[in-house]
Amino acid sequence: MHPYIPHTTDDIRKMLETVGMKSLNDLYADVPQEFIYKGEYNLPDAMSEDEIRHFFEALAARNVKMTCFAGQGWYDHCTPSVIPYLTQRSEFLTAYTPYQPEISQGTLRYIFEYQSMICALTGLEVSNASMYDGPTAAAEAVRMAVASTRKKDTVLISSTLLPQVKEVVKTYASYAGIVIEEIAESDGQTSLEALTTSLASGRVAGVLVPNVNGYGIIENHIGFADATHSAGALFIEYCDPSSLAVLKSPAEWGADVAVGDGQSLGIPLCYGGPTVGFMACKKEHLRKLPGRIVGATTDRDGKRCFVLTLQAREQHIRRDKATSNICSNQSLMALWVTIYLSLLGPKGLAEVNERSSAAAHHLCKELLATGLFTPVSDKPFLKEFALDYKGDARALHKALADKGILAGVVIGDHRICFAVTEKRTREEIDYLINCVKEAAL
Amino acid sequence: MKYYDHLIFHYSKEGRRGYTLPKAAVTTNEQRTVNRELLRNTQPALPEVSEVDVVRHYTNLSQMNFGVDTGFYPLGSCTMKYNPKINEEIAALPAFASIHPLQPVETVQGVQAVYAGMEQMLAAITGMKYFTFNPCAGAHGELTGLMIMRAYHRSRGDVGRTKIIVPDSAHGTNPASAAVCGLEVVVVKSNADGLVDVEDLKPLLGPDLAGIMMTNPNTLGLFERDIKEIAALVHEAGGLLYYDGANMNPLIGKVRPGDMGFDIMHLNLHKSFSTPHGGGGPGSGPVGVAAFLKDCLPYPHTEPVDSLTNELVEPAKTSGRVSAHMGNFGVILRAYAWLLTIGRQHVREVGPIATLNANYVKELLKDAYKLPIPSVCKHEFVFDGLINDGAREGKEGATTLDVAKRLLDFGFHAPTIYFPLLFHQALMIEPTETESKETLDAFISIMHRIADEAAEDPDILHAAPHDCPISRPDDTTAAKHPVINWTDLNSMNG
Repeated sequence: MHPYIPHTTDDIRKMLETVGMKSLNDLYADVPQEFIYKGEYNLPDAMSEDEIRHFFEALAARNVKMTCFAGQGWYDHCTPSVIPYLTQRSEFLTAYTPYQPEISQGTLRYIFEYQSMICALTGLEVSNASMYDGPTAAAEAVRMAVASTRKKDTVLISSTLLPQVKEVVKTYASYAGIVIEEIAESDGQTSLEALTTSLASGRVAGVLVPNVNGYGIIENHIGFADATHSAGALFIEYCDPSSLAVLKSPAEWGADVAVGDGQSLGIPLCYGGPTVGFMACKKEHLRKLPGRIVGATTDRDGKRCFVLTLQAREQHIRRDKATSNICSNQSLMALWVTIYLSLLGPKGLAEVNERSSAAAHHLCKELLATGLFTPVSDKPFLKEFALDYKGDARALHKALADKGILAGVVIGDHRICFAVTEKRTREEIDYLINCVKEAAL
Repeated sequence: MKYYDHLIFHYSKEGRRGYTLPKAAVTTNEQRTVNRELLRNTQPALPEVSEVDVVRHYTNLSQMNFGVDTGFYPLGSCTMKYNPKINEEIAALPAFASIHPLQPVETVQGVQAVYAGMEQMLAAITGMKYFTFNPCAGAHGELTGLMIMRAYHRSRGDVGRTKIIVPDSAHGTNPASAAVCGLEVVVVKSNADGLVDVEDLKPLLGPDLAGIMMTNPNTLGLFERDIKEIAALVHEAGGLLYYDGANMNPLIGKVRPGDMGFDIMHLNLHKSFSTPHGGGGPGSGPVGVAAFLKDCLPYPHTEPVDSLTNELVEPAKTSGRVSAHMGNFGVILRAYAWLLTIGRQHVREVGPIATLNANYVKELLKDAYKLPIPSVCKHEFVFDGLINDGAREGKEGATTLDVAKRLLDFGFHAPTIYFPLLFHQALMIEPTETESKETLDAFISIMHRIADEAAEDPDILHAAPHDCPISRPDDTTAAKHPVINWTDLNSMNG
């Protein structure tokens, strides 16, 4: 047989005898014959482990490994080796959702720690056990806003949000009868004036804005929460969690809900997934928060322990009354960011931001010094910034790709968004600058 | 470390660190122009710990956990099969793990070949034509499938189709996904045999019908043998058929949902396709569609240009963007490796052996546990509690919860309990094809021992588990007085 299917022919014979059948086909006697597939399965020949290894090495060789100066929601930060080592422990890796708390205290404890760390970063009191990714968490927050403010059907989202966030939010909303309106930007940041005007309709249930936006600009949200709250809507911030080591927290900006993607907390790029979405809120919205939540309690002997709690909110209980259908989390990736945050601590994470930011500012200055670029905005940024290139942005990007450099992400005919993390060396940055100069010649 | 009682926060001491960053690329003393009002006032309350603290703490936590690698995990409806180790090695290959999702498509042809190859293989196994891999989990796949259904009706200007039929035996996620997708849920009843009642279905069909969601075998483990008639009726009314792939395992290598008339389906790569559950995720919930729905798939979608090249497209009548990029690539990669390992030669063993294992356990335990549905089962089956629960004057009988807890003492994970809702003491057992006869025999023997204990003195079960890191937790207090982060817990203790 097969290494993953342990029965011998004799086992199968004995077991069939036990169940009173002659052949494996008898197990499907209740299936109408016309549905039994009699054709050949169009699959390749089974491979051995070594063949698998060669097959994937050959496939991997068809990817071009590039020096990454791209961001737009996915950042090439350092990953401590301790994280894959620990998350690969099979007691974590091969467990299911912690339905039996007596033998799942490992999972339940790290989710509790994860929730605590998300609360620490966002300044909010409540976090769920995690969601699929940042954009779907944002879509869930939009649903949550509409569900908690009856009779209002509109959610305002900033035009400066990352494209994938806007698109997922709009997709979810379009099926749920939620109207999404974009808030205009001014000089690269969400306009408070435009927000105030849109809020006047009286139909707004929520407002979704980024803490660091799609141009890399650190947004100033002074007055946003007040304006939103006086219109009776929920204020939701989409955050880069790594940046929250240094930037004003969603709670400090007056947010009711914070969402975002945990990828920037040391999760490898891995073509965009898996990552982890996070979602936190003020305590008063706890019972509207979708997803799983772990809480502390005690066992029969009075020992401290942890359980999945407040499940009455969840889809399997509420069925068609549910406001979210999520019934899992990205548990292992929540463990990933929990270990990352433990290793880095508040000071390490602040250093990540400082070094990334210093390197990004250096690159920005040097690129501007070539005379080939103009700034999109003079607003402050952290590790990502957008510049307008005098020539064809796509042609420049392609020329650099041929040199093994992923030179940011092209976001317009002339516009490129560059990101620099603490992982980029001085040599890599200098090489990028030289290649830009060469390409422009 | 039988009882380890720390959280990482307990180790925190100011000044400790667990990781060193690379040398700064740029050292500068120049003051950057970030206005103070954009900066936070206090540093976040994260722990400050050493690398050793971290390694030891999470190793200790892992030892309080139970996974498929620890022991038999017969959790019904969850398909806890063995998670092959080579797949982990493949997913960690730097040339996959270091790829930015927005790299130009010509530089990620290895990645795209995985999506294209998976689409072909899943199409072969299911009889569907195209697959999107963008959904990150089974429930996410359901939602995506329903979005595709609605996008199809919309694309034809057929906007009045807002009703979805869901059987009363469906997984709770089905109606929840439908509601989230803006559909009105209509319940169709099961007949005395536990199958969808075709007569009850007929009056529900009309011009407002978007479609029906079914799983086959259904949640009772029974094959919906009237599926052909149901498909014809629903199609005739202009609706589409959605297949919930949660119960796909017994069909692998034997029956294809596409051949039964289903138009849209999702699969759980973390169930039937062996990827690890990770304590609740990341999973992957690819959605397959019949050829006529290709234009309604979400974007981005991989489209072959020739045998070596793929490009990314946005289908003409796309249902939209459902996740950040193209789902959980790392999970898809593992499932691809599994499929290549199983190959043409072994695919026909998966469903039948899983089904044999379930029937074997059922036959040998039905003398001690109530079997409400005696017919041949598929990959899983349901008991409705103990035949003799030991109840007597002054003593409550042992419940399904008690049996589940007692199993933990013997090194087995518990089956799914109290689902399906139709049975009050439901105990749903799914052994999967990766378990040996010896493992199944050991489980059967322990289940008999537990039944004997219940008959003799149910208190042994009431008090279980006796030999786990904790005894039964107090769920009521947890829900009544939620303590859900370290700050709250710490202030409570203090």
